[in-house]
Amino acid sequence: MSASSYHRPLKLSGLEPLIVTPESNFVNVGERTNVTGSRRFARLIREELYDEALAIAREQVEGGAQIIDINMDEGLIDGAHAMTTFLNLIAAEPDIARVPIMIDSSKWSIIEAGLKVAQGKCVVNSISMKEGEAEFMRQATLVRRYGAATIVMAFDEKGQADSYERRIEICERAYRLLTEHVGFPPEDIIFDPNIFPVATGMDEHRRNAIDFFEATRWIRENLPGAHVSGGVSNVSFSFRGNPTVREAMHSAFLYHAIRAGMDMGIVNPSMLEVYDSIPSDLLERVEDVLFNRKNDATERLLAFAATVESKGKEREKITDAWREFPLEKRLEHALVKGITDHIEEDTEEARTAIGSPLRVIEGPLMDGMNVVGDLFGSGKMFLPQVVKSARVMKRAVAYLTPYLEVEKAKSGSKRGAGKVLLATVKGDVHDIGKNIVGVVLACNGYEVIDMGVMIPKEKILDEAIRQEVDIIGLSGLITPSLEEMIDVAQEMKRRNIQTPLLIGGATTSRVHTAVKIAPHIDSPVVHVNDASRAVPAASALISKEHRTGFARDVAADYDKVRVQYQRDRARKKLVTHEVAKTRAHQLDFNNIPVPNRLGAQLPFAPSVAEIRPFIDWSPFFRSWGLAGVFPRILKDTVVGVEAQKLFDDAQRLLNAWTQDPKGIKMKAVHGIFPAARTSSETVTLFDPVKANQPIGKFEFLRQQIDQRDGIQRSLADFISPCSTPDDFLGCFAVAVHGIDPIADAQVAQGDDYEAILIKAVGDRLAEALAEWLHQKVRCETWGYASDESLNNEALIKEQYQGIRPAPGYPACPDHLDKEQIWSLLKAEDTIGARLTENLAMQPASAVSGYYFAHPESRYLGVGLIADDQISDLAQRRNLSLVSMKRWLSANLLDA
Amino acid sequence: MASNNLTAFPSSESIAQRTSLLHQAASKRILILDGAMGTMIQQHRLTEEDFRGTRFANHMDPLKGNNDLLSLTRPEVIESIHRAYLEAGADIVETNTFSSTSIAQADYGLQTLAFELNEASARAARKAVDAISTPDRMRFVAGALGPTNKTASLSPDVNNPGFRAVTFDALVSAYKEQALGLIAGGSDLLLIETIFDTLNAKAAMFAVQEAFDEVKFTLPLMISGTITDASGRTLSGQTTEAFLISMEHMPLFSIGLNCALGAEQLTPYLETLANKAQFRVSAYPNAGLPNEMGEYDQDPSAMAAAVQPFLERGWINVIGGCCGTTPDHIRAIAETAQSFAPRKLNSEKNTAS
Repeated sequence: MSASSYHRPLKLSGLEPLIVTPESNFVNVGERTNVTGSRRFARLIREELYDEALAIAREQVEGGAQIIDINMDEGLIDGAHAMTTFLNLIAAEPDIARVPIMIDSSKWSIIEAGLKVAQGKCVVNSISMKEGEAEFMRQATLVRRYGAATIVMAFDEKGQADSYERRIEICERAYRLLTEHVGFPPEDIIFDPNIFPVATGMDEHRRNAIDFFEATRWIRENLPGAHVSGGVSNVSFSFRGNPTVREAMHSAFLYHAIRAGMDMGIVNPSMLEVYDSIPSDLLERVEDVLFNRKNDATERLLAFAATVESKGKEREKITDAWREFPLEKRLEHALVKGITDHIEEDTEEARTAIGSPLRVIEGPLMDGMNVVGDLFGSGKMFLPQVVKSARVMKRAVAYLTPYLEVEKAKSGSKRGAGKVLLATVKGDVHDIGKNIVGVVLACNGYEVIDMGVMIPKEKILDEAIRQEVDIIGLSGLITPSLEEMIDVAQEMKRRNIQTPLLIGGATTSRVHTAVKIAPHIDSPVVHVNDASRAVPAASALISKEHRTGFARDVAADYDKVRVQYQRDRARKKLVTHEVAKTRAHQLDFNNIPVPNRLGAQLPFAPSVAEIRPFIDWSPFFRSWGLAGVFPRILKDTVVGVEAQKLFDDAQRLLNAWTQDPKGIKMKAVHGIFPAARTSSETVTLFDPVKANQPIGKFEFLRQQIDQRDGIQRSLADFISPCSTPDDFLGCFAVAVHGIDPIADAQVAQGDDYEAILIKAVGDRLAEALAEWLHQKVRCETWGYASDESLNNEALIKEQYQGIRPAPGYPACPDHLDKEQIWSLLKAEDTIGARLTENLAMQPASAVSGYYFAHPESRYLGVGLIADDQISDLAQRRNLSLVSMKRWLSANLLDA
Repeated sequence: MASNNLTAFPSSESIAQRTSLLHQAASKRILILDGAMGTMIQQHRLTEEDFRGTRFANHMDPLKGNNDLLSLTRPEVIESIHRAYLEAGADIVETNTFSSTSIAQADYGLQTLAFELNEASARAARKAVDAISTPDRMRFVAGALGPTNKTASLSPDVNNPGFRAVTFDALVSAYKEQALGLIAGGSDLLLIETIFDTLNAKAAMFAVQEAFDEVKFTLPLMISGTITDASGRTLSGQTTEAFLISMEHMPLFSIGLNCALGAEQLTPYLETLANKAQFRVSAYPNAGLPNEMGEYDQDPSAMAAAVQPFLERGWINVIGGCCGTTPDHIRAIAETAQSFAPRKLNSEKNTAS
C-alpha cells in the first residue's frame, strides 16, 4: 500500500476534536509550556505559581497553537507531580482544555502520570527503541491503552539517528513493530526524525537539514499513514543570541520541511508566516546553509549575522509582545485585558519609578481605567470584562496599600476620586446590580463603602456623615424599596444633609426619581439606570467645577419629567372601581380541573443536576448588561465572545455544584386548595378536608385604566365565583440556600467577578426551580397536563396551560399576599425562607407565587389604580389607607 | 480484589461462539436493549428490610436505595424484571450493576462486596436470558459498568480546581474488579455506560483490557456516553465528536449515547455519531426530559415515535431505553424497530476488528 492510498486521518481531542488530514495545514504545537525551553515557565512551575503558568498556556491557545506541548523535565521539579497538577488545572479551563495535550517527557513515569489525568486523546512525546524493542513495545501498548497517539524518536539501541540511512532504518523498524506487533494504528504514529543544528563549522553537520528533509519525504512515501514532526529551533543552535538570523533559519527550514511532508511541529506560530518576508540576501545565505550549496555557506551566514546582531531583542515572543511595551502601556494593557499575571511587578515598577504610591494610582492606573471606562462607555467593552478589569485594579491597589499607609502617615490624609456609600435599603435583599455598580466605581478610583443589604435609613445617614462621603447610592429591587428611598430622602432633608444621592435598581426609574424623590430633598439626586452611567454621574457630582452645572441640568430635566408625567396622568382615563367590576372577564368554569392532591404538599429538595436543564439563560445575560436571546446571543457578532465566556464560567460553576453542592440547597414547597371567588377581587381558600371551612384569603387588584376591549381584568377572574368552593388555587415558594456564603468567600478573596457570577447563577437556579416545580404541579399534583411534553425552550416561552404570577409583579402588585402564602405553606419551616419587613424573600434567590390552572389564565398588568380601589383594598386587608398606599405607591394615580 | 483461583470463568470457546452469534444478529437487525432497572424496582415498593434481607440485617448503614444489592438479597425481583424486558422483546439485558464498583458501594459501607455483587447480578441476568433464548433467537447479557459517583477530570471543589476526588489508578482497580465479576457471572458483552466524564470511561476501558488479559479472551465492548444538556457536551466538557475520538482506541462493538436527555434532544448528537463512528451506534434515551425523581411524561407510543426518526435515517444498530422506561416502552420501541434495517458500518479500510 502506498502512502497516498491511506486515508485515515490522525484524530486527537481535547474538549474539541483536532483532525489531521492530508489536506490539513501544518499543525503547530505550542512550545512555551515547556520547562526546558522557557526559563519563565520553569520558574513559575518551580515556585508553584500555577495561575501564571496557566496564563502561558492560555496565551498559546489564543495565539493559535492547535496542540500544547507540556514538559516538566527539570532537576529541581518533581516532574510527575507537576505534570499531574498542571494538567488537572488545565482541565478546569475550557479555553485551554479545548485543544489536545502533548505530554512531553524523557521519563516514562512522567508520561504515564500525564496520561492518567487527560480525558482527551493526547500525543505522547516521545517513545523510542533506545532501551530495546521489548520496552518500546511495552510502552507503545500502554500508550494505546491510555488512548493516545505517539511521537516516535528516531533513536535505537545504538543511539540517535544522524544520517538519512539511519533515520529511515529506525523509522521503518519502529513502524513494523508498532503496526504488526502492537496493533498501533499507523495514523497515530508521528515520527520525529531528529532536527540537528547546521552551520556549526563541523563538516559532519553539513547535511543535517538535507538528511532531515529527505528522511521526511521517505517516511511519508513509504510508511503509510504516519506523520512527521520535529523541534525546529534546534536547527539554528549555533546562532544563539541572534534572533533575526535564527528566525530566518526557522522559517526557511520549516518552509522546506513542510514541502517534504512534515505536518506537525513544535514551533512558534509566527514563524509560519514570514518566509516571504525574509530579506532576500539573508534568505539566500540561510538556504545555502540548509541545502549545503556552497563550501563557504557557513562563513557567509556568520558574516551576515554579525551585521544584524544588534537589533535582535524586540521581536522575541509574539504572544508576550505586550510585556515589551512601556510601563504605562503595560498597565493599561493589563487593565483593559483583565490580566492579573504581572500586575504586581508592574505596579512595583511604577511605584519605584514615580516614587509615590498615590501618584501610581492617580496616574498610570487611573489612566488605564479611564481607557476601560471609555471603551465601556462607547460599547467596545462589556460589563463582564469591566468587572475583570476591576479585579486587576483591585490587585494593584492592594499591592500599594501598605505603601499608601506609610505615605498617609507622613503627609496626612489624601483621597482618591471620591468616596461613595452604597446600600440596599431596608427590607430588601437584592444586591447584584449594586455590587456591579460598586465594582465599576471602585475601578474608576472611587473609594466605595458598601454597607450591604437591608440597611435602615438612620444607619445609612449616620455612616455617610461619619465617613464624610461625597455621594450616597441607594439600591433596591422590590417595589416597597421605592418608598424606603423616599424615606431616606425625607430624612436627609430633615437632618439637613446635602450629600448628592444616586438612585438605582430594577424597579427604580427616572420618572419615579423625578416625581417621588427629588421633590423631597434639597441636594442633587440622580437616577442611574445602569452601571455605565454611575461613573460619569458620580464624577460630575463630585467635581467642584461641574457639580453645580450638572445638578442644575438634572434638576431641569426632572422638572420636565414631572410636567410630562402630570400631563400623561391627566390624560389617562380611569374608570371607577364600581364600573371596573362590572366589566370583569367572564369565563367558563364548566371544566374545572380537579387536583390529584390537595393541601400543602411535602417540600422537595431537588439536586442542581435536576434543576439545571430548566434554566432560562437570557435574563442571566441581561443582568450583565448583555442584550440578546439565548442561545443566539453566544453567536452575536458584538457581544457573542463575552457572552460565551460568561456562559462558560456559569457552566463551570454549575458543573462544580453538580459534583459537590458546596452547601447549596434547593427547597420547594407548594399546595393546592379548594377556592372560590367570594367577592370581585377576593379569592377565599378552604380547608381540603372540612370543605366549608375558610383557611385564608388572597386579595387581588383590578385594572382601572379604560381598556380598549372593554374588559377590566383581575387575576381573581380566573377563579369560579361562588360562596362555596368549586374551584382551586395553588401557591408555592422556592428558595436556593447557600449562595451568599459562597459569594461572600469570593469577595473576601477580592474576586468580585466570581461573587457576582455566583449570585446571578443562584437567581437563575431559583427561577429554574420554580419552572421545575410548576411542571411537577401541572403533571402530577394538579395533573391537568399529565401528558404535557415540552422542551426547555417551550417552557421558557410558557407554552403550557396555567400561570404562576408572583406577588409584587404587574399582575398582582401587592406584596402582602406573600404572608398568606408563607402561612399556608409554613414556608419558614418547610423551605427555610423568611420575609423581611418589606416582604422581600430571604435568601435573595427565591421565588413565590400563585398557581392558576384555568385554560384562559394569562399574565396581565394591573397598571394605575384609583383611590376608590385602594380604600376598598385597605378595608379588605384591615389596614389604614396610608399604609395601603405605601405598599402600592407605584400604582397610584396621583403622586 | 475478590477474583481468585477459585473463580471459574467461562471457556474462551463458548465466548467466541456467543460473540459470533451476537455479530450475526447485529448484522441482520436492529438489536433491542432493555429499559430502566430503577424505575421497575421502584414499582415493587421495597422496604429497608427487603434491601437488607437476612444477610445484611445488622449492617450499620441504611441500605434502601442500593438497588444493586437486590441481586443478592432479592434476586427473584431482579430476574423478574429481566424476564419482563426479554418478554417485551429485548435482545440484550443490562446487569443490575450500575453502582457495583467498590467506589460507589463505599457509600453503603459495602465496598468489599463488589466482585460478588457483579457476579450475582450477571448470573441473575444470565438465568433470565438462558430461559428465553432459542437457537433461532439468542438473547444476550451486557455486564454494565456505571460511571461511579466520582469524577477523575472534574474537581468537586470550586476553589480548588486542581483537586480530584478519585484517581485513574483507583478507578482502574475498581473497574477491573467489576469487569472480572461480570465476566465470571456469564456476561456476553461489557457495557461502559452513562459516561459523563470521559476520563472515568478511559479508566474503565483500561481496566477491561487488563481483565481480558487475565481471563485470556475478550468480550464485545459497548460504550455509551451522556450529553448533559443542550450545550451538546458531556459533563466533563467534551463535544460528541471529541468524546468519540477519545474512545476509539479499542475495537468496540458499539458506541452511543444514553440518559440525561429524551430522544428528541439526543438527535443532533446521534447524527454526529452516525456520521463519524467506525463502530455500531447505540441509543437508549430517557422517557422524555430528565427528572431524577423517576417520574417521566413520555408514554411508550410517544417514545417509540420519538426514536423512529433515528431508525428511519439508518443511524442505529442498538436501541433501548434509560430512566423512566418500562417493558411497555421497550415493546413499543421493538415493534417500531422491526420495520427498519440496522445502520451499515462505515466500510473504511483498516476498520478495527
